[in-house]
Amino acid sequence: MSTPFTGLLGEKLGMTQVWDENNRVVPVTVVKAGPCVVTQVKTPETDGYDAVQIAYGAIDPRKVTKPVAGHFAKAGVPPRRHLVELRTDGSQEYTVGQELAVDTFEAGQLVDVVGTTKGKGFAGVMKRHGFGGVSASHGAHRNHRKPGSIGGCATPGRVFKGMRMAGRMGGVRQSTQNLLVQGVDADNGLLLIKGAIPGPRGGLVLVRTTAKGGSR
Amino acid sequence: MNKLDALDATSQKSDIPDFRAGDTVKVHVKVVEGTRSRIQIFQGVVIARHGGGVRATFTVRKVSFGIGVERTFPLHTPIIDRIEVVTRGDVRRAKLYYLRDRRGKRAKIREKRETSVKG
Repeated sequence: MSTPFTGLLGEKLGMTQVWDENNRVVPVTVVKAGPCVVTQVKTPETDGYDAVQIAYGAIDPRKVTKPVAGHFAKAGVPPRRHLVELRTDGSQEYTVGQELAVDTFEAGQLVDVVGTTKGKGFAGVMKRHGFGGVSASHGAHRNHRKPGSIGGCATPGRVFKGMRMAGRMGGVRQSTQNLLVQGVDADNGLLLIKGAIPGPRGGLVLVRTTAKGGSR
Repeated sequence: MNKLDALDATSQKSDIPDFRAGDTVKVHVKVVEGTRSRIQIFQGVVIARHGGGVRATFTVRKVSFGIGVERTFPLHTPIIDRIEVVTRGDVRRAKLYYLRDRRGKRAKIREKRETSVKG
């Protein structure tokens, strides 16, 4: 792939469907991505590694703390709400203050999408880990959604670490890899990505060049 | 207005006639055979309209050589050239799945009499 490793921050708008060139239905997630601005370019000489930092989203300048405001002032751009850093070998291709829009990506390309999944609260083992639960009948007594045994008795005399149990589910960062960009609407700043992506509608997502090469 | 309405509007058709379950329609379907495409007509009774917006579909049932054939089309699919309403049916429900269990005269749908209310 000729383009360097790149990414865009955006907002998930929701899912719909479009028709492809073979008149088949394609389920797509619509992401309103960018415009993002490059706020810092990291190089091995100054920072020890290659990276590019991009910012996205409107924010009231009065709400920005002095250190953050100073960081944006150094880049010479108005403050943005979200900042993210992308490790890339091609950081020389970026300049501070450069604007990135959805035309960074093109239709037919594979991307990774990073987001925060929907929070499910305190969830049981069937929902959280896909356990089978206990029989609905055959004398099962008030234990239909319980995990069953969680270990032995006197040997080992304890429950092993990492035993999968009920607990908080969702609300964690998740990357979905190798999603196809079905279309790019440059006029409205929309990316149409085939399939589902993490997070609720209105959630912040990072769309980036796929980490695993994308050999399609 | 929902956020995606503008996007959906680009893939929606505007020339769809008004029809409902019970109507007999001719669906002009584009069929691609190798390199050339032609129009095939699928004529039958609409037994269901399902969903809304860009996702809407409708199901057409016909009896072909004694075999019931049903085809469900997305309403806005590009493979439909046009939809032609042949007759309006007089039915009392939105889904006519009961037609599947009927054959012959019992599977017939009465045609709607155009009763002009205003005279």
